[in-house]
Amino acid sequence: MISEMLQHDFMRRALLGGLIIGFTNGFLGAFIIMRRMALMADALSHSMLPGLAIGLMVAGLNAGSLFIGGISAAFFVAIGSMLLSRGSRLKEDTSLAILYTFAFSVGAVLLQFTPTPVDLKHYLFGNILGMGNADLWIAWGVALIVIPGLLLLQRPLLLTLFDPAVARSQGVRVGLMHIVIVIASVLTMISSAQSVGVILMLGLLVGPAATMYLLTDRFPVMMWGGAILGCVGALTGLTLSYRFEGIPSGAAIVIVLFTVFLCAFFFGPRYGLLAKLRKSRHMHEESLERWRPPAETGK
Amino acid sequence: MSKPHDHALKIADLTVSYARVPALHHISFEVRCGQCIALLGPNGAGKTTLLKTLAGLVDRESGTIHFHGREVVGATPDIAYLPQRGQVDWDFPTTVRGLVEMGRYLRLGWYRKYGGDDDRAVNMAIEAMDLKDLQNRQISALSGGQQQRTFLARALAQEAHVLLLDEPFTGLDKPNQDNLKATLKRLREQGKMLLVSHHDLPSVREIFDQVLLLNGELIGAGRTADVFTGENVQRTFQTHVFSGV
Repeated sequence: MISEMLQHDFMRRALLGGLIIGFTNGFLGAFIIMRRMALMADALSHSMLPGLAIGLMVAGLNAGSLFIGGISAAFFVAIGSMLLSRGSRLKEDTSLAILYTFAFSVGAVLLQFTPTPVDLKHYLFGNILGMGNADLWIAWGVALIVIPGLLLLQRPLLLTLFDPAVARSQGVRVGLMHIVIVIASVLTMISSAQSVGVILMLGLLVGPAATMYLLTDRFPVMMWGGAILGCVGALTGLTLSYRFEGIPSGAAIVIVLFTVFLCAFFFGPRYGLLAKLRKSRHMHEESLERWRPPAETGK
Repeated sequence: MSKPHDHALKIADLTVSYARVPALHHISFEVRCGQCIALLGPNGAGKTTLLKTLAGLVDRESGTIHFHGREVVGATPDIAYLPQRGQVDWDFPTTVRGLVEMGRYLRLGWYRKYGGDDDRAVNMAIEAMDLKDLQNRQISALSGGQQQRTFLARALAQEAHVLLLDEPFTGLDKPNQDNLKATLKRLREQGKMLLVSHHDLPSVREIFDQVLLLNGELIGAGRTADVFTGENVQRTFQTHVFSGV
């Protein structure tokens, strides 16, 4: 079946795209969930809409115009919400919610005036089987910026994620690190929007990282493991949607990732639900050890 | 090289304010390495503000800070700030050892390879704080006292001379408090300077050889035996805290 799959040009492109998009999202996800930015990422992904519409009106339907339009709109909302919350007593989640719903509304209005009719469904759910060469270039280009960038800044980022106050006392520019994560998110989102759409993208971003968070106590394992899991999940989802015709590929990917997450949630060796139930009995025995006289324990 | 306990931390004319309400007024004092100093005062007296200012977390309106003759501007590996325990996400995916390793980052910078020297410093810090058996444990699986010792180990790995501790005894039970007291004593004997905000007055004489009495301004500073008198304590705690009204 695999060789048959690889005969189709659109399928080869989809696999190449899914591979790198899964990897990048899974890698970045570790930073997003430890910074508790999952919902902010969701808001930012929705705020790309007006930019896409303007790009469409100005330069027509091509990957470049959508890329630049989407990025500008998301940055406008990200920076705008930061300014709003710094300039007033509003918390950042509030200012973000105000701005992104506004941006989404503007986008919905603008879409009525685009030269080519655009299906909002495509924007929400994407179409990885329709990935063009330009989309692929963007996805790989973004990965080559985001992953080395995050690796380069790994130490200050890690200090910031763990404890912003101590990070600042160690000379880390915490605000700048926050902006770095926002920029990485926006770039990754843009590269994923075409393939899985803005709604499913969040699953790809958060799912693998959340799974790894339940499995490991080491941050590097969380980011690399998330990347590999995202990559494998994307390829598995694509294969399933090819095998069973009619299953949308983006949805298949997210369902695969969720299934893996659920397994980790129940069966994770340390933080899984079953391990927790089992452990309570184990530890009781160990705890009883304390009361035995030293001679008996052999110490 | 001079012995560590020759180093002095000199604060001159330090003023810090939040939205026009001064939290610290023109504070000047000098403390040395090898001293364990209690920072005492009522709530809102500026204890945490003073620690955060020394850590470079709060901007100062006026004044200078010198350590070992050099002016302190921004972050320096010589000074380590230990946060209150409640401020930290204990579910963070890191082990005791991983957290102590973070203490090396400031000396390493962004890219320099983590090497043998770093490993030695981390091992020494972990052993000094008696955490060897716990080093591979996830940090939420520690008791309050062990968490406190992990922070101290991180500061030791950083090779800091000045340790700023914000209410470290809060929430610890008696055995853990005794353990922390012994640890602070040991660190002082090794020549570290420990600047500790504290609110339990009866234990001051036992733990600290120096006190700073603070209520917006500095009421008194010096050896515990000389400065920690009933009169001074009363002046510090009975005067209301200035809040702009």
